[in-house]
Parts: sequence; C-alpha cells; structure tokens
Amino acid sequence: MADNEVIMKGNEALAEAAIRSGCRFFSGYPITPQTEILEYMSWRMEEAGGEAIQTEDELCGAYMLFGAAAAGARALSTSAGPGFSLYQEAISYLVGSDLPAVLVDVSRIGNALGDISQSQGDYELIRKGNGHGDTMVIALTPASVQEIVDDVQLAYELAEKYLHPVIILYDAAIGQMMEGVTLPEMSEHDINKFDWSVKGVKKGEHGRKITNVSYFCDDMYVGYEKYLRDKYQAITDNEQRWENVEVADAEVVCVAYGISSRVCKEAVRNARAEGIKLGLIRLKTITPFPVKAFEEIGPDCKGIEIVEMSIKGQMIDDVALATKCNIPLYGYLTSYLVPDSEKVIEVAKDILAGKAEEVL
Amino acid sequence: MAQIIYDKTRCKGCHYCVDACPKKIITVSGELNDKGYEVVEFDESQCIGCGSCYTICPDYAITIIKED
Amino acid sequence: MATKEFKAPEMLRTGDPTGFCPGCGHGTVGRLGFEVLDEMGLLEKSISVYDVACDSLYMWAIDTDCVGTAHGRAIATAAGVKRVRKDCPVWAYVGDGASYSIGFQHTVWSAVRNENITVVIINNGVFGMTGGQMAPTTLIGQKTTSSPAGRRADVNGYPMDITKILTGQDIAYLARGSIDTVANINKTKKYIRKAFEKQMNNEGFSLVEVLAPCPTNWGLSPHDSLERIRNEVMEVFPLGEYIERGVK
Repeated sequence: MADNEVIMKGNEALAEAAIRSGCRFFSGYPITPQTEILEYMSWRMEEAGGEAIQTEDELCGAYMLFGAAAAGARALSTSAGPGFSLYQEAISYLVGSDLPAVLVDVSRIGNALGDISQSQGDYELIRKGNGHGDTMVIALTPASVQEIVDDVQLAYELAEKYLHPVIILYDAAIGQMMEGVTLPEMSEHDINKFDWSVKGVKKGEHGRKITNVSYFCDDMYVGYEKYLRDKYQAITDNEQRWENVEVADAEVVCVAYGISSRVCKEAVRNARAEGIKLGLIRLKTITPFPVKAFEEIGPDCKGIEIVEMSIKGQMIDDVALATKCNIPLYGYLTSYLVPDSEKVIEVAKDILAGKAEEVL
Repeated sequence: MAQIIYDKTRCKGCHYCVDACPKKIITVSGELNDKGYEVVEFDESQCIGCGSCYTICPDYAITIIKED
Repeated sequence: MATKEFKAPEMLRTGDPTGFCPGCGHGTVGRLGFEVLDEMGLLEKSISVYDVACDSLYMWAIDTDCVGTAHGRAIATAAGVKRVRKDCPVWAYVGDGASYSIGFQHTVWSAVRNENITVVIINNGVFGMTGGQMAPTTLIGQKTTSSPAGRRADVNGYPMDITKILTGQDIAYLARGSIDTVANINKTKKYIRKAFEKQMNNEGFSLVEVLAPCPTNWGLSPHDSLERIRNEVMEVFPLGEYIERGVK
C-alpha cells in the first residue's frame, strides 16, 4: 500500500498492522465478530511473504502459534468469546515456557453461545484467567482503530521484552467500526534474532529446550517462584497504561475502557459544559491494572462511576483495590448495549445527589 | 573380529540383548550397576559384530566396532 | 580394512542416560529417529517436538533443539515450527494416547493439510506416563488401570487404527513398524528414513507408527512384552507401508 492514510475496519486494521510489524505467521479459526482478521490474513499474508492457516479449531490455532513463537517468529492468533475460552491452556503454556506471542480477543456478549454484538464480559477472563497455575498476561485495551494499529506494534515489543504473551482485547464495536488510520511502514522481523529460539544448532552449540522454564530454575519451584514474581512485578511496575481526562478536580470519575471510554469522553465534555465536574480514567491496559492512574483523583471526588458493558460489573474489584476502598463505587452496567453518554451524566448526577446505589 | 564397548551406567537390565544375540554370547552377569540394574556380560572373543545387541538395546549402552 | 560401527549418534551419547523404564520402546524408537537424521547429516539442524508424556524424556538426552508442548498438541506445534523454519527437519515424537484422543483433531488435520512434517507415534496401548490407563489403541479385553475388567467394545469402542482412518488421504507417507525383533527394528528404521526423505523433498505429511512395549504398565517382563507384541498386538495392528504417494 503506497498510501498509509486509509479508512479501515478495526479487525482488518489489526491484521494489516500485525503484518507491518513483521508478523509472518497467522493461525486461527472463524468466530464472529473477529472473522475478518482470518479472512484478511488469508490473502494479505501471502502477499507479505508469510503464511496464514485456517486451523481446525482454536486449539490448533494457539499451538501452531506456540510452535512458531518457539522458532523465533512473530506470530498471531485471534478469537472471540467462546473461542478465547479454548485458548486458556495454551496461554498458560506460553507463560510457563517464556514465549513471546500476541493473541487477540474481540469480545462479544454472553456466556454459552451468547450473541455476536459487543460487550465487555471477558474482562475477568483476560485479567484473571489465562489458564491454570499463577498465570498473568499483559493485556492492552485499545479504544479506536488507530489505537489497535499502534497497540499491535507495542504488543510485539512487550512480548519480546518480557518473553511473555500479550493479549489485545477490544469489543466488537471497535472491531467492526471503520475509522481513518495512519498505518506504519512495513517492517521485517528477524526470526534469528533470539539466542533462545529453536533453529537448529551449529557445531559446538548445545540444543535449546523450549519447555517449562521452572525446570531450569534452582530447585525448580524454589527458583521459579522468585523468577516469576520478579517478572510479574516488573510488568506491574513498568507497563501500566492509562489516559486521564479531567480527573484532578472531578467530583465523579468514570472508569472505562474500549468503546465505553469513548462514550465517557463525550459525557465528560457535555457534563463539563453543564457545570458538572465529571472526569474519566481510561484504562489502556487492564493487566497490569493501571493503579497509578487513580493517584490523580482529588479530594473533591464523591464517587467513581464504573461504566462497563457487562452483567456482573467485572472491573469493580480492581477499582476498589486501586482506590483502597476509600471512594464509593457506582456502576452503569449495560451488558450488550453501548453505553449512552446522557445516561452516564444522569448516573453522575444521581451520585452527586446521593440517590445512586453503591455496587460494593 | 569385533570390539564390544559396554557402558554399564546406561544399562537398565532389560536383557533384550541376551535374546537378540544370534551367537548367544551375552549372558546375565548377576552383577548390579550403581542404579541397581542387573547388567550383562559379553564373550567378546566370539562376537561376530552383527550389531544385533546394539540395535535392540533401548539405551544405546552397547557399541560394536567391527573390523572386516 | 573396512570398519563398521554400531554406535549411537554423538549428540545422544553426550547426554545423560534416558529416563525411560527398563525395556521401554521409546528408547529404541527415538534412537532410530536420531540415527536416521544423523546419517542424513541433518541431526544438528533438526527440531524435535514432544508433548508431556514419556516421549518428552528424550528432550533431556538429545543435544539438539527441542520444543515441549501441551498434551496432544505436539503435532500442531510441530506444524507451526516447520511453517516458519522450512529448512529445518522438524518432527513430532509422540505417543498413541495423545495422538489418537486429545490430539486426534491435529493428527488428522495435519494430514488433511499435508503439513510437511514427520510424525513418529509410539503405539504401546496405554497412557504410560500417567500410570497405564486405557488408550485408544488398547486391545479388547486388555486390562489397564481404567479398564480393570478388560476393554469392552460397547463402552470403549474398538482399538483405533490410524492406517484405516488415513486411508485415501493425500499424504506423503504412512507406515507401521515394530521394534520386537532386530529385523523389524531395521525395517522400521527404513520407514523412518523414507519419512524424513519425503519431508526434505517437500512432499508433505509422513507418519510412522511403531508398535512398542511398555513393560511397566503391561505388568510384563521386557522379554514377555516383546512376545505380546508378536502374538497379540501385531494381529490387530499389521505392519507395513500403507501410503506412499506415487507408489501406493
């Protein structure tokens, strides 16, 4: 593409951005609302000199990615909701084997089959799930098509910095919407750049083993405990990302990510025009949870309004911890409907009037 | 003429080699290695260097060098 | 004067003794794979992929690059490795438990996609690592820890024969060998050699299943285990070359 200023659908921009970041291997399975990624990859990847495989299921998608990552490639596998549930064991294996990889969840509504429209009901899955055994990932939550594009490059950098899986989470609304984006230039990734990846040995070299990192630690789990805790602490200390909008003097602070955060930005603008001191903490990572964002909340804050497309209010616990339970928490929870900015303001007014019910 | 190099430390006492040897020159020795496996012994003078023992051994405990 | 040596590849001999049980079939079958690659001058370049079962113990004995992955996923992982490392010989070295139950999708689908990898599957009729439970290849009437009265067809189905399932698939090679005799070991080695040759010739998917003993979980001496393969297992799982594209 000669022109890097284009209008693209979120899912397709994800795929194009991955290729421009040097991803040359994709493995995945169709599931709405992210199938466009597979479809786009099925013609574009070959143009770029890579391979895109439609696998027989998400498990194969995840484990072909595991193999490609073990061999030093930048690889990608994507899914949504029920399909992302199938990735859980593989993510645990990526964590346990210190493999850099990027996976995507385009979140849809509901448990079981649910429906195909947007929701934010996978927050806990990605924040706290990711398979058995003390796992934690890095999870980026872009809120626009441009941010998806920027986050893909960031995801590969973080994955390779920490030798760790990174998940990009966005809802169906962002995946399906078309926006103007500036795409980066095409770049190539050197598959041989990592000493640790499998590639065949030269004379005198010892074979590399990609397997549980714990096997190589002092006294196995004694050493691995420290290793993993240190890694998680480094991620937590260094990779929190957020955007604060008029938080310092806000009397009600919204907390949101993805499409909900864009609605909240409109609500903040309109509320401020009405003289209501509304603010927004927009999460750009959910793991690590951006606890530092909450330090900007001022003494005038009467309450936090959690705006989330979920049934349970999945962010509530994290916000309570981040604020040390010192600020009353309220919720505007919409399950599958994109929140309405007027309603965000209405809830804020209720909070200020003492009429809203706390969620905790 | 063949030379038999037997690494007792690798042997696990399965005794496949005893049956596989066409000249029946491998016998159970009654001796245990450090791991407690009952190792074998060879009458090297009778060895024809066919390599059957090497082939059947799951632990590559035996090396055969045959001069023609 | 010519010298003939029967000697394991250097890259095997520098490692620790393997962790397999006495008389375990893995020891022989894995060695055949490494021998073939060594003779082809490809051992150093090779990448072997294992899952979590007994097969994985070879990772620590061979000094080549190895990848260990989840139960049942070695074939999918090997396909991923090969797709990005086309110049390396890549093989999945796995058991019948994983390949024919939890990983069966990937076994069949790697054949459907004619993935250019070599797969060597140990058929020892049990899930060995976990203590000898019934596997897809357990024989009718065979007692295991999860079929204590013997496998029954009405509850557990019949033993799975991969040669019947892959019949007609457009793959490079499919064969079944055994390691119960020196002659059969030599034949099996030829099958494995063909399989790797076809991979390096980019002909696609090759699978060699090998009948092997598990004395520990069969409750038999190593000697009697080989007898069992000859007298019982081979009847259900006949040896031979089943598919060779362009030939049969």
